[in-house]
Amino acid sequence: MTEAPKPFAITLDPGSSKANHTGSWRSERPVYVDRLPPCNAQCPAGENIQGWLYHAEGGDYAAAWQVLMQDNPLPAVMGRVCYHSCEGACNRGTLDEAVSIHAVERFLGDYALDHGLRPQVAAPPSGRRVLVVGAGPSGLSAAYHLTRLGHAVTIREAGPMAGGMMRLGIPRYRLPRDVLDAEIARILGMGVTLELNTRVADIEAAFAEGFDAIFTAVGAHLAKRTEIPAHAAARILDAAGFLAQVETGEAPQLGRRVIVYGGGNTAMDVARTVKRLGAEDAMVVYRRSRAQMPAHAFEADEAEDEGVMMHWLRTITAVDGAAVTVERMVIDASGRPQPTGEFEVLEADTLILALGQDADTGFLARVPGVEVASDGVVGVDARMMTGRPGLFAGGDMVPAERTVTVAVGHGKKAARHIDAWLRGGALAAPEKHAPATFERLNTWYYDDVPRSLQAELALVRRQTGFDEVVQGLTEATALYEARRCLSCGNCFECDNCFGVCPDNAVIKLGPGNRFRIDYDYCKGCGLCAAECPCGAIEMVPEIA
Amino acid sequence: MTETQKVRFYQTGTHTVGNRLMEPASRTVQASPERSNAITSGHRACQGCGEALGARYALDAAMRATGGRMVAVNATGCLEVFTTPYPETSWQVAWLHSLFGNAPAVATGVVAALRVTGQHDVRVVAQGGDGGTTDIGFGCLSGLFERNDDVLYICYDNEAYMNTGVQRSSATPAFARTATTPATGPHPGNVAGTGKNLPRIAMAHEIPYVGTASVADLHDLEAKVTRAMAIGGARYIHIHVPCPLGWGAAAHDTIRLARLAVESGLFPLIEAEHGEVTAVKPIRRRVPVEDYLRPQKRFAHLFRPGHEDRATLAAIQATADANIRRYGLCPEGQE
Ligand SMILES: Cc1cc2nc3c(=O)[nH]c(=O)nc-3n(C[C@H](O)[C@H](O)[C@H](O)COP(=O)(O)OP(=O)(O)OC[C@H]3O[C@@H](n4cnc5c(N)ncnc54)[C@H](O)[C@@H]3O)c2cc1C
Ligand SMILES: Cc1ncc(C[n+]2csc(CCOP(=O)(O)OP(=O)(O)O)c2C)c(N)n1
Ligand code: SF4
Ligand code: SF4
Ligand code: SF4
Ligand SMILES: [Mg+2]
Repeated sequence: MTEAPKPFAITLDPGSSKANHTGSWRSERPVYVDRLPPCNAQCPAGENIQGWLYHAEGGDYAAAWQVLMQDNPLPAVMGRVCYHSCEGACNRGTLDEAVSIHAVERFLGDYALDHGLRPQVAAPPSGRRVLVVGAGPSGLSAAYHLTRLGHAVTIREAGPMAGGMMRLGIPRYRLPRDVLDAEIARILGMGVTLELNTRVADIEAAFAEGFDAIFTAVGAHLAKRTEIPAHAAARILDAAGFLAQVETGEAPQLGRRVIVYGGGNTAMDVARTVKRLGAEDAMVVYRRSRAQMPAHAFEADEAEDEGVMMHWLRTITAVDGAAVTVERMVIDASGRPQPTGEFEVLEADTLILALGQDADTGFLARVPGVEVASDGVVGVDARMMTGRPGLFAGGDMVPAERTVTVAVGHGKKAARHIDAWLRGGALAAPEKHAPATFERLNTWYYDDVPRSLQAELALVRRQTGFDEVVQGLTEATALYEARRCLSCGNCFECDNCFGVCPDNAVIKLGPGNRFRIDYDYCKGCGLCAAECPCGAIEMVPEIA
Repeated sequence: MTETQKVRFYQTGTHTVGNRLMEPASRTVQASPERSNAITSGHRACQGCGEALGARYALDAAMRATGGRMVAVNATGCLEVFTTPYPETSWQVAWLHSLFGNAPAVATGVVAALRVTGQHDVRVVAQGGDGGTTDIGFGCLSGLFERNDDVLYICYDNEAYMNTGVQRSSATPAFARTATTPATGPHPGNVAGTGKNLPRIAMAHEIPYVGTASVADLHDLEAKVTRAMAIGGARYIHIHVPCPLGWGAAAHDTIRLARLAVESGLFPLIEAEHGEVTAVKPIRRRVPVEDYLRPQKRFAHLFRPGHEDRATLAAIQATADANIRRYGLCPEGQE
């Protein structure tokens, strides 16, 4: 074949510049990374919040819920009662307001209940049996995760119903019981055996029955007391006992005026419950100031909205019939409350002490190797194992913050270590990604959108009944709220890197598959990294 | 379907190149793996070149608008040199280069040739740097406008003659240091009060369409190219393309600088038809001009430690403020 004649003065065939591998110019290379978003890092239950929000953003609530369920079996509960420390850490809080993570979580939890979603269980049966003692959030979480890992689980619960403090402590107006019941039923539906009214008193006997490992999560139910000189017939109750009675329909007579002594979340719940039971005056007496109370500000706010009276900086010094003598306190330079010698008298028909609880772990003191502190708290190692091999513990009974979320996290962590222990190995700690800090974001790209608010029940109904106070988000608002997530440190496929590369060195791999750098042509300019909104690209020096 | 579709908030909206939450039609051409990549890899542009990026953005949009039935005519300059070192080329579009100053005239000739050969559906885009456009090719371009030839002319404005070593052009901003306007003497940098604002000169020709665009706003840029390709006659688009080398800026700052130019008011994004402004893109987060100037070494003489040239900075700020006033870039309450 003869070649076509070339135009005048042309001696070479035209070629593509692709022959020129400009990658050799590079001194730094872009690398795709996944960083740990601050919300995830903060979550005591170890949720992959950014991960499930990603699916929720796209409206795939079922997928979002499945990701959530990898860590937490109680999203509808948690979306209501978790104190959501994740939101305090959320990077969007630095931009405008934190993502309302708990509200989306609650939406997903309710969505799953409405649609009858079931968690995916993959592991084949291990042939191992694990006993869980206590059906509170920690025990339920452990049972769920152990089941997912293939183990046969039995829960023994001393009381007549499962739920622990989620049922006996947290009032219905914050956690409706149909929600709690449904999430517990779903866990049991996975094949967990629940034995109610079965108090475990002898751990070694339980091991002797053939359980390969035991997880105890018996909570902290023994009311702390304080010495108050009481004359005449003053009615003094304890908070946990009182709330449990209300829950079981045996609410005691309180009279018109009730004082709740304490400044924690429990005190607020008790005062709000008292109000709902019809007391005219529900008063909280606390020895420190509002700023120092252990209760969350929003709980005190909600209590005050409902008409609870707060007496900050007061200690109760004597009770004589209906006369409750309180002493005024001042905060000294070191932040401690000091008595002033000034007294007042408040009138109350009932005094409820909300001074905290100790763990009822006497039955463990006899187990060799188990360390029980004077307040009943049990020592565990990094695996959540006590000094007795195979005996693990978590939740309120071990030294940690006492919340449902921590309890659920302990259940998960213990389950993973129990699994490793049963399989004769140790759980390798997964490599933690570097933090996705705010400074790494390019916030230009995110729309300016305020946080969505959850509606609240009308005040009259809050003062008279136990209907849920805080309302859920609609699908539209939940979707909107999920989309406020900045996807910190994890690619959300915005195509910026693909678009901004002057050298077409970013290859788009298609939906869900992210991107790849073509190092033959990448000159290492760093534009992709600079313009990635979420900081998912890092520039790494080339080794000479 | 569900409520999903009623939610009008898409996380990053149209600020990002793509957005998996939006229907594909509202994503950019650049978000598509099927984009034509008018300039392919292996070109010799500097790291982070704004011109390489801007030209691919614009021509890919024009390729989509014409279904690939187009010819590009290029003036001499970086864009031509870094793409086409004989015998290689990066162009994946029918492409023609003649001289530094004659691109508009060559484009007119191509239009005529297509007409006489009966290829009525093939459109012509001409392109050049600011030097080729505002200086040496200016006469030809004015003629093209005046004859209303069916050409979209795109100027990639990197504010100097970059290809030959950063000499001043009539588009170089006041006070900028270039090889021919050194930062020495009583009036360092480029002179103030001269130069040409070519979009306004194009508007004075009352041609069908004039637009300004930036590599920092891809959606806006593509919309303008697409709009221009839907119109016949002479059209002009002026794209701001930072040059890391000529501006003394970091390669990774190209888009950030382009964005700051827009957000400070120094580079207004506007559209005009038949000499009248028809649309302006409001400033989203206004910044002082200093934010834009400070990262560029060509303005370093304004920021000498202890001797910041406040008077000059104020003069540049006044230019931005005048733009904002002229085009109403900061809607009510935002200024
Ligand atoms: C009023 C109140 C409100 C609260 N509000 C919140 C809130 O809003 N958010 C939050 O995160 N946390 C809240 N908490 C704390 C939270 O409820 C607890 O931290 C959490 O329930 C602890 O879980 P757990 O599984 O360790 O123990 P628990 O929930 O206490 O469950 C322990 C279970 O073990 C059973 N048990 C005890 N001994 C035995 C035995 N020997 N054999 C068998 N079973 C036994 C008990 O009957 C109980 O069911 C609140 C607590 C109270 C008291
Ligand atoms: C008639 C003529 N004069 C001078 C040159 C040398 N020359 C080639 S490119 C160039 C500068 C181009 O500047 P500009 O148009 O702004 O494009 P840039 O390189 O900045 O993209 C010059 C002066 C030439 N090629 N032809
Ligand atoms: S913006 Fe999203 S990923 Fe980032 S911290 Fe908040 S919830 Fe987590
Ligand atoms: S933008 Fe392109 S050339 Fe620049 S570092 Fe990223 S991949 Fe490499
Ligand atoms: S720029 Fe966008 S697409 Fe690229 S890595 Fe970042 S988030 Fe993902
Ligand atoms: Mg130039």
